[in-house]
Amino acid sequence: MQVTKGVVKALVGNHAVAYAVKQAKPQVLAVYPITPQTTMLEKLSEYVDRGELKARLIRVESEHSALASIYGAAVAGARVFTATASQGLLYMTEMLYWAGGQRVPIVAAVATRALASPWSILDDHQDFMSKRDAIWIQMMAENVQEAYDLTIQAFRISEHENVVLPVMMGFDGFILTHTMERVEVLHDSVVDSFIPPRKFNLVDFTDPVGVGPVAPPEDYIRMRFEAKKAMERSKRVIKEIFREYEGISGRPQHGLVECFMCRDADYVVVSMGAWSGDARVAVERLRERGAKVGLLKVRVFRPFPFEEVRDYLRDCKGVLVMDRAYSFGSGGILVNEVKVSLYGHDVPVHSLVGGLGGMDVRPLHIQTALENLMEGKLEEERWLL
Amino acid sequence: MMFLRGNAACPGCPIPRELDALLEVTGERTVLVVPASCTTVIMGDTRGMPSKVPVIHSAFAASSAIASGVRSALDARGEKATVVVWAGDGGTGDIGFASLSGAAERNEDILYVCYDNEAYMNTGVQRSGLTPFGAWTTTTPSGKAESKKPLPKIIADHGVPYVATASIAYLFDYKDKVRKAKEMSGFRYIHLLSPCPPGWRFDAGLTVEIAKLAVETGIWPLYEIEKGKFRLTSISKVLVDKKKRKPVEEYLKLQGRFKDLKGEDVKRIQEEVDQMWEDLARM
Amino acid sequence: MINLPPGVPLARPSLGSSGQTGTWRVLRPVIHYDKCTKCRLCFFYCVENTIDLEPNMFPKIDYQYCKGCGVCAQVCPTAAIEMMREVK
Repeated sequence: MQVTKGVVKALVGNHAVAYAVKQAKPQVLAVYPITPQTTMLEKLSEYVDRGELKARLIRVESEHSALASIYGAAVAGARVFTATASQGLLYMTEMLYWAGGQRVPIVAAVATRALASPWSILDDHQDFMSKRDAIWIQMMAENVQEAYDLTIQAFRISEHENVVLPVMMGFDGFILTHTMERVEVLHDSVVDSFIPPRKFNLVDFTDPVGVGPVAPPEDYIRMRFEAKKAMERSKRVIKEIFREYEGISGRPQHGLVECFMCRDADYVVVSMGAWSGDARVAVERLRERGAKVGLLKVRVFRPFPFEEVRDYLRDCKGVLVMDRAYSFGSGGILVNEVKVSLYGHDVPVHSLVGGLGGMDVRPLHIQTALENLMEGKLEEERWLL
Repeated sequence: MMFLRGNAACPGCPIPRELDALLEVTGERTVLVVPASCTTVIMGDTRGMPSKVPVIHSAFAASSAIASGVRSALDARGEKATVVVWAGDGGTGDIGFASLSGAAERNEDILYVCYDNEAYMNTGVQRSGLTPFGAWTTTTPSGKAESKKPLPKIIADHGVPYVATASIAYLFDYKDKVRKAKEMSGFRYIHLLSPCPPGWRFDAGLTVEIAKLAVETGIWPLYEIEKGKFRLTSISKVLVDKKKRKPVEEYLKLQGRFKDLKGEDVKRIQEEVDQMWEDLARM
Repeated sequence: MINLPPGVPLARPSLGSSGQTGTWRVLRPVIHYDKCTKCRLCFFYCVENTIDLEPNMFPKIDYQYCKGCGVCAQVCPTAAIEMMREVK
């Protein structure tokens, strides 16, 4: 595999993802406007109208129809894409389960945003995390470059013959969607050879099938069992594809998780999404003062990387997990997954909940929580109000 | 035969014949998109289906959108085929209405067939927006107070190239309309009145008779609107003359769902039908 | 069809996808061929498509799948089809 130097551009997150989509060459797209995703739809509309992306962009009348129409297109053999956020993702929920249960390769970008009520157009992860059981692979980006990279790879992962699952790429609303960053994009020809032509198709007039029929209980549970196995299998495929992409892009893709100064760390902060950048700053500042701290960033949330999380954290003196979403009556969603990973290991796990509805979280908040953790003064669950 | 025997339709249910007649015209290169409805069950299960053409089962509200996507994908692949939505009245006029209206407004190149059995029959006879005035259902135990939603008219108002009504009792008229629709492109809509023996409370042998009476009494006019041009078809052509129409009572009295109608209700239904025909005559 | 991984919910065309529906019958349509005029209305209107036409154009009922609804008897203009109680 040869690294070809990409082209450096200054792009906001929505335009970086749109650019990746253009290069992945989907044949059918359907997107409905919603803040903070809308400027991606506008960019895609430009690409299609100018003929730079030879695809049909269906200007649907709702998010439910956005996912429904690309579901139909995906079943009938087209590479497809949609994007949404927040209420739109909730409105899509029924079709998310259809796509996952039917095992149809689809790529969707989610510009994460808080959920009503009350109204908020600002960032948190409640929308994305609420979809964790829909049989979708879920990945989340930390910055605009990663949003671009994961989008390209999502098409490859979704259509891989050992996976055949829809993929959701989350990236923080406004914090990434509307922030301009330096992005290195691949040459079109590199993307072309990275993503082979789509083979998946269920509409074949010489071998007609019914797609999504009624299933008697013994078939239904068997199909769910196969979906579980496909999710488990996908871990290896995702890691292989990440490695291959690392080879062509020259950018480290880590794995299902990224370890930043966490190998020798006594105390590790676990996070997902854009605020991993703030956690990095907090870790660097504390390292400068000699504290053995590190960051473990979760890049792939479904399938959840239990083994990796356990291997990195099992010998820690303390773990701090940051959640931008919450399961009310239970706890932070990521922290619960981390606790499951560490079952049987005597590692104290603390929860830091913040950023809901766009509430600003700064490196200092994370740094203070880590200091408190090291001093043994951190509550089991702290909300950054 | 495009629709195989031994399916799960109730005895006397016209759906298998309606589907077979459709597929006789549209042929092997047809994709059926089927939202939650009686046809979901009739289509069998993972062990086998009666359809000899591809079927895509759909969430209740999603069929027009799914069909839009299927059409786009087939176009991208250069495949010629007829994409058909086959939906009940609830999936068309109630829960599926937003996506139907969206697809009609975008003039998607699909053929939409609403088989209208005038209530949620698959869940056991609950009122829909297309249940007629006065009809008993399990959720209107004393009869529906409101009138039937005029769907063909609403779709026609979207300015789509083809809208037609049809009936199982007039199979040639129905198949002619499917043939005409197949040859056209853009959004095409056929509304098929589909009597339901258990839901309408009549003997299963009377399906065709009741479908015929719906037309003969003028309750269900057969017409088509082609590129905005309205035309009565089949026997309905002569029914503009009120004397040629049978009294609505002949249709109503055969059905248990109308057995509690009072004289004034029947009078109201007759007046509404007569008014509708005056409106049709002006079109 | 492409190779799919296991667990993709699909159905393939099959006769009798819901079983031998002839066993549902309570009443059995019996054609009195002496009264039959080969008008084929029963064949056209059989809502189950369970009536075939013989080479001599007489209708023949497929009792394996006929559900016994009685539409054929109703539409027959010469009352050549009689609905008789099914005896097992």
